[in-house]
Amino acid sequence: MFRALILSVFLATPALADFPQAVAEHILPGYANFALATQTLSDAAATTCEAETLRPAFQTAFDAWMGVQHLRFGPVEQGGLGLSIGFWPDPKGSGARAQAALLTADPAVLEPDNFAQQSIAARGLFALERLLYPAEPLPADPCALIRATTHDLARVAALINTAWTTDYAQTVLTAGEAGNSIYLTRPEVRQALFTQLVTSLEFTDDSRLGRPLGIFSKPRPERAEARASGRSLRNILLSLQAQRALVATLTPDAPQTMAAFDHAIHLAQTLDDPVLAGVADPESRLKVEILQQAIKALRETVLSELGPELDVGIGFNAADGD
Amino acid sequence: MTSRRAFLAGLAAATWPSLTWADIGNPAFLAAGKQGQGFVLHGLSDLGASLFQIPLPARGHAAAAHPTRPLAVAFARRPGQFAFVIDCATGAVLHRLAPAANRQFNGHGAFSSDGSLLMTSEVVAEGSAGRIGLWETRHFQRIAEWDSGGIGPHDIKRLPDGRIVVANGGIQTDPLDRSKLNLGQMRPNLSLLSANGTLLDQAELPPEYRANSIRHLALLPGQIAFAMQWEGDKADAVPLVGLWSPGSLPRLCPAAPTEAHVMQGYAGSIAALADGSRLAVTSAPGGAVMLFDGSGTPIATHFRADLSGVAALGPAFTVSDGLGAVWACADSGLSLRQRHRVAWDNHLIALI
Repeated sequence: MFRALILSVFLATPALADFPQAVAEHILPGYANFALATQTLSDAAATTCEAETLRPAFQTAFDAWMGVQHLRFGPVEQGGLGLSIGFWPDPKGSGARAQAALLTADPAVLEPDNFAQQSIAARGLFALERLLYPAEPLPADPCALIRATTHDLARVAALINTAWTTDYAQTVLTAGEAGNSIYLTRPEVRQALFTQLVTSLEFTDDSRLGRPLGIFSKPRPERAEARASGRSLRNILLSLQAQRALVATLTPDAPQTMAAFDHAIHLAQTLDDPVLAGVADPESRLKVEILQQAIKALRETVLSELGPELDVGIGFNAADGD
Repeated sequence: MTSRRAFLAGLAAATWPSLTWADIGNPAFLAAGKQGQGFVLHGLSDLGASLFQIPLPARGHAAAAHPTRPLAVAFARRPGQFAFVIDCATGAVLHRLAPAANRQFNGHGAFSSDGSLLMTSEVVAEGSAGRIGLWETRHFQRIAEWDSGGIGPHDIKRLPDGRIVVANGGIQTDPLDRSKLNLGQMRPNLSLLSANGTLLDQAELPPEYRANSIRHLALLPGQIAFAMQWEGDKADAVPLVGLWSPGSLPRLCPAAPTEAHVMQGYAGSIAALADGSRLAVTSAPGGAVMLFDGSGTPIATHFRADLSGVAALGPAFTVSDGLGAVWACADSGLSLRQRHRVAWDNHLIALI
């Protein structure tokens, strides 16, 4: 009976949830996982340049990125590090152009120190995708460029992971304390995380879905994200799952938000259209539009329920400028 | 030793209408904001402390300082229905201006060099054709208007020689709800007017940048800096800052390549140091302030959520954010000046 009482008290106590849990259970493990996956990919590329052999490690690394891709504050903001991992969308094809030049460039350009200075559009996961899943035969042997790109990706991932573990996590966790000039109050951290959620839902709506959907009379399936590697829908699904996990660390008390995530995740899991090619066909297009509407509705729920629950909102100026 | 009589005489002089900015020494800035559920205008000291506050009937936007008298006019956010003439020594509202029939204030204004004229950026409510409203400054009665030279004028600045530059943003707006009605057909421009309102020169952007709404202005010696808001494809990283020397083509100033996406297509406010050595441009969606040198070369970027207001004071910039903080901003970074329980709105206006 005593034990039952303790258990019931334990169960009645809401799980501890706030931004320190987001840091410990979501952000730090996410970046550590990404650093590990990109190092594994780089190690694999050091032993072979065979595209087919490298693809599984590439897919794993991309999956790991989707676990943290919605976090665009802190170390990833500095010097365009986040974009140097995932430069998309790229409507003018600047990444492919810069990369084509690198394929036939002086090998010295591919030395790590030099490669790190190359255009962010020519680096990262999307650059690697063009080498591992080329639409047309590549004009030169990509081996050295694959190695340089995977090495650079692992370097950047390690840089971000180290910045978080040695410095930025502490900056976040000491929010509101004397001497913290980044987060002046604890609510500022909640607001930053809330902003990441809303912004990344908008990105999935506008870009991951909106770009291939185009308009009804002119669908643009060729604009889907990570189409060559077959990840367009998977990226949407993993992004939603990662964001849901972030919310779960922040509060136990956002039932409508969680239900809206579950609904959107279910739609993504059952869509059966991996590269969203269906946008060009009226019947299957409707299913993509239904997913997009679910994500729009999810964003509204995040704003109307999660915002008040965390006692934050979109920035006064960011929400509506002039 | 100062006698009581001399002290009282001094006090009397200090309240005389001929009081000037120099007599006051402060406030240094005006800033509109949201406080609780209400809207306010604060006068801030050079260190960001609040010296007075005035309730506003609706959301404010920017303000214009009189060149000699300690007066400023605070403008409503567009489509604006009010402008308040404020005694900056006391915070008293001296006049409440309403737009003329079928006109709307559009957020900004400027005084003539001698202070005898207030010029307000306005639109014709239907169609957003640009107007510059003219008001005499004794009783603040509206006396005339000029054509602004384009659609949707927003910021307006007086050059040291008395000429006026207008940022015609090019966006036609619904008179009631701010929806943008002509995004595919924008033709923003910079228009240079004489002190009498004659169009002297006009600059347009190259065709591929016509969706870049020119909205805010800052003055450098011999150059006009302008900040833009991109209404085109979000994936395009376009320049959001430019420099114009009338008589030549405007020059666009891109961000550093690794930071081309930081501002998310949106520059909110712009300010320049008086010596022209630095420009500062903010983006609330990007949560950043970007510094450029006087030739438009990017120098530094600092991050802070919801940064928007920026003003130059002496050799440094001050920036404000929607979380209530006021910061000193230098190449090396931001340093906190003050925190308030006010969500600072779009602009921070330097008064001195």
